[in-house]
Amino acid sequence: MLNKLARWSRIKSPWILHLNSGACNACDIEIIAALTPRFDVERFGILLKATPRHADVIIATGPATRQMRDRIIRIYDQVPDPKFVIAVGACAMSGCVYRGAYNIMGGIDQVIPVNMYVPGCPARPDAIIDGVVKLLGKL
Amino acid sequence: MSFQVPIGPQHPALKEPISLRMTVEGEVITDVDIRLGYNHRGLEKLAEEKNWIQNIYLVERICGICSHSHATCYVQGVEKLMELAPPRRGLYIRYLVSELERIHSHLLWLGVAGHEAGFDSFFMYTWRDREIVMDLLEMISGNRVHYAINTLGGVRRDLDEGQKAKILEGMVTLRKRSEYYFHIGANEPSFVGRIAGVGLLPKDKVVALCAVGPTARASGWARDVRKEDPYAVYGELDFEVATADTCDVLGRVVVRVKELLESYKLCEQMVRNLPAGDIAVKAPRKVKPGEVVSRYEAPRGENIHYIKANGTDKPERLKVRAPTLANYPATVEMLRKGFIADIPLIFAAIDPCICCAERAVTLVKAGSGEESVVRMSDLRRQAIARHQNAPVKRNAVWPL
Repeated sequence: MLNKLARWSRIKSPWILHLNSGACNACDIEIIAALTPRFDVERFGILLKATPRHADVIIATGPATRQMRDRIIRIYDQVPDPKFVIAVGACAMSGCVYRGAYNIMGGIDQVIPVNMYVPGCPARPDAIIDGVVKLLGKL
Repeated sequence: MSFQVPIGPQHPALKEPISLRMTVEGEVITDVDIRLGYNHRGLEKLAEEKNWIQNIYLVERICGICSHSHATCYVQGVEKLMELAPPRRGLYIRYLVSELERIHSHLLWLGVAGHEAGFDSFFMYTWRDREIVMDLLEMISGNRVHYAINTLGGVRRDLDEGQKAKILEGMVTLRKRSEYYFHIGANEPSFVGRIAGVGLLPKDKVVALCAVGPTARASGWARDVRKEDPYAVYGELDFEVATADTCDVLGRVVVRVKELLESYKLCEQMVRNLPAGDIAVKAPRKVKPGEVVSRYEAPRGENIHYIKANGTDKPERLKVRAPTLANYPATVEMLRKGFIADIPLIFAAIDPCICCAERAVTLVKAGSGEESVVRMSDLRRQAIARHQNAPVKRNAVWPL
């Protein structure tokens, strides 16, 4: 019964955490744009949260830099179970143009498991919303 | 005070992982240490392995908000090395995109400033209007953020009559909206009271610490590369350098609103006087040995690229000095006499940007050296609570 309620509330109102692990801000401003009046994801109950302890879904942008590696793992551990990760943009998927640079480990999936990939450089707000909705459909 | 800057060629801005280390005495900050490097990607080294054309798309991805600034600064430098003269129509389109980018960046920043001051409806308003300029950029270049319109020797896409009309139409709407922001600023005493007198930076300090962009102009130092060293088309256009002399966050808001209006004027001039002709010339694959320094006025201040060529199809060295880096010493100075509750507002005022979970501020108690980590969101809550109890500053006025 309680599980059913938790699952219902998670689908109806997923709270997201925005994690930047070395992105160029392009995907980040597109995520913020998805929260503002033109796209307005709040109508789906999606809220941006500042702390990982409140979040259900991590939206990760940018390639994983060596300096951020331990912090990414710490943030992932702080998110309560069950947790989901969406990698937004080509950098979070594979490293994009930065692939091969000495401080880049590759995509975010080199560090934490990823549930959903949203391609694009940067991904459009519509694509990000589509990614979140498809993830919710899998729950 | 000593702090290291192990920063790569990147532009820390909105929601970027960065750590500030403050020493506080009670609620007043006495020392600040900025920790960087979380976003270091080794881009300058990577540029040495790619050819001249590939590097345009690499430097564009230094920063997503002023992507065109970095690409243009780089392209200007390489064109000087190649002794190329791009056609005038190409230049006009290139700098039209520049000004549109400045508009999008300043609207974005105004929203963030409103958010940090606890004025969230202002944030939603400016971001709604920002979509107008994003649509124009998408129409011109085919992409919302990384425009990729520059190429060596000109631009990649032309403008037609319908697009020109749409740009002019967009400017009319945006000007009307910006005048409304003026109206809000003049009639909202709590907003003006919150930002007046915060993050003071006197003019002599600005000059001593070499601040750039709106941070410098808000302290009465009229420094603008477009005016003092007019590159490409700026010599033939009519615009003014926006300044304010209040030296605080209020001044930085006023400078950016004034610059928005100047940018609308510039865009209209460029669209109306768009010369006919080609948009690009063919560029050679290799560059003669030599070196060049390229300057460009990005939305956040002066952007410098140093490029060294050794006769091959790849650069030998590319060095980027982004404007935010130049503003860090000034930020430390601004924060030093301020309150803990003002940190997000002051830090946002140089436009590197807003609160994020992984960006934490470490507060070190001056006496005991005891450390506590506070999230930006908690700081913002503290700031709002503090100002709810504080009396409204009656003497603060909107200076326009």
